[in-house]
Amino acid sequence: MSQPTQPLKTVLTPFNIICGIILLIGGIITILRFTQGIGAVTNLDDNNPWGIWIGFDLLCGVALAAGGYVTCATCYIFGLKRFKCAVRPAILTAFLGYALVVLALGYDVGRPWRLPYPIFLSQGTSSVLFEVGLCVMLYLSVLFFEFIPAAFEWLDWKRARYIIGKVSMVLVIFGIILSTLHQSSLGALFLIAPSKLHPLWHSGYIAVYFFISSIFAGMSMVIFEHMVVDRFLHDRIDEEHDIESNNVALGFAKAAAFLMAGYLMIQVMGIAIDNDWKYLGTRWGLWFLFEMIGFVGLPAVVYAIGVREQNIKLIQWTSFWVVLGIVLNRLNISLVAFNWQLPLNLRYFPSWMEIMTTVFIVTLGIVIFKFIAIRMPILHEHPDYPDDH
Amino acid sequence: MEHDIHTLQDFMTHTKGIAYLLIAVALVALPLFWSFLTGRDDKKKTF
Repeated sequence: MSQPTQPLKTVLTPFNIICGIILLIGGIITILRFTQGIGAVTNLDDNNPWGIWIGFDLLCGVALAAGGYVTCATCYIFGLKRFKCAVRPAILTAFLGYALVVLALGYDVGRPWRLPYPIFLSQGTSSVLFEVGLCVMLYLSVLFFEFIPAAFEWLDWKRARYIIGKVSMVLVIFGIILSTLHQSSLGALFLIAPSKLHPLWHSGYIAVYFFISSIFAGMSMVIFEHMVVDRFLHDRIDEEHDIESNNVALGFAKAAAFLMAGYLMIQVMGIAIDNDWKYLGTRWGLWFLFEMIGFVGLPAVVYAIGVREQNIKLIQWTSFWVVLGIVLNRLNISLVAFNWQLPLNLRYFPSWMEIMTTVFIVTLGIVIFKFIAIRMPILHEHPDYPDDH
Repeated sequence: MEHDIHTLQDFMTHTKGIAYLLIAVALVALPLFWSFLTGRDDKKKTF
């Protein structure tokens, strides 16, 4: 009698049950969104046309998926091969991250079958948003081709794996170019709204801020991600990856700490150039300082201490701190400090269905990541392709 | 100091002046932070 219940036990784990419930609720909200319209599930209005689907799913999703291009650049362009073990997990995260960004965008703009229109039928070449859309479309395609060798190895399609391996360097270079373009352009989107975004967050250099912060966000995400997979998918990690991941944490933490120090300096410079000192004494100023000191300055110092002490645990927990800081920064720019002059009753707060949709999309990403990481050579090397990643 | 700014020239002089001072601070602070960051790295002999 115990035989038939065995597979049921492996399926009905707490992880699967929680994910199943979230996906079910998400599915119901998806049907509501696409049958009843955006107004039925969101608190968006004419004052606040962008909510958390843009602020969190898109802006945070793209920033935290930056680990893909950062790791590729580190390993293949700067030739630091000791970070090779981080490439595949980072590419998978980036691929899923961007795919879910596009999915979230489908919820936000609606009529997803018209998503190709701005690219192929009616190009708005004078719009920053057009550049972002074009880059995201191209980069998602590049990430797909960067990820696909792992799937070919899993399927044992040697010929296809050989052919895609020949163009991998071109894909890497193209991916980095596209990332530098749209990571900064996402910040440049807000250049058009100086009267809506609070002066402490709005700056002529906001595109530079977005680009630089995406680099240390990506590095921190790679470190944090390894902490999570080491905890939950340890049996899928081979010994080489396990040892190399400590080098990745130390190297990326060192680079991220210095970048964060530089980022803090250019933020101060931005305040000086716009002469925004007077705002620092206000409540908005305190919130800005909380973000800059609490989520950029302090973690940079803690990263540095972690690197000096070679304390991997400290570095890993700091990476989570930095990831939270990036989320806070993107939400501040797109939601909290946006429309800051509006009275409180006109300000935006997401509905529970918007929040649940975001949870649904993140859960979907985690489930697909787990599905792929368990089966394909992401956290370990395929025995037929040693040193060929 | 806000009331002393009447023209774009005043504004640029004021903000650029502070920015230049901050650059001097950055030129000192960032190398110090770098030496703190790498202070315990294995030293490689380059000679």
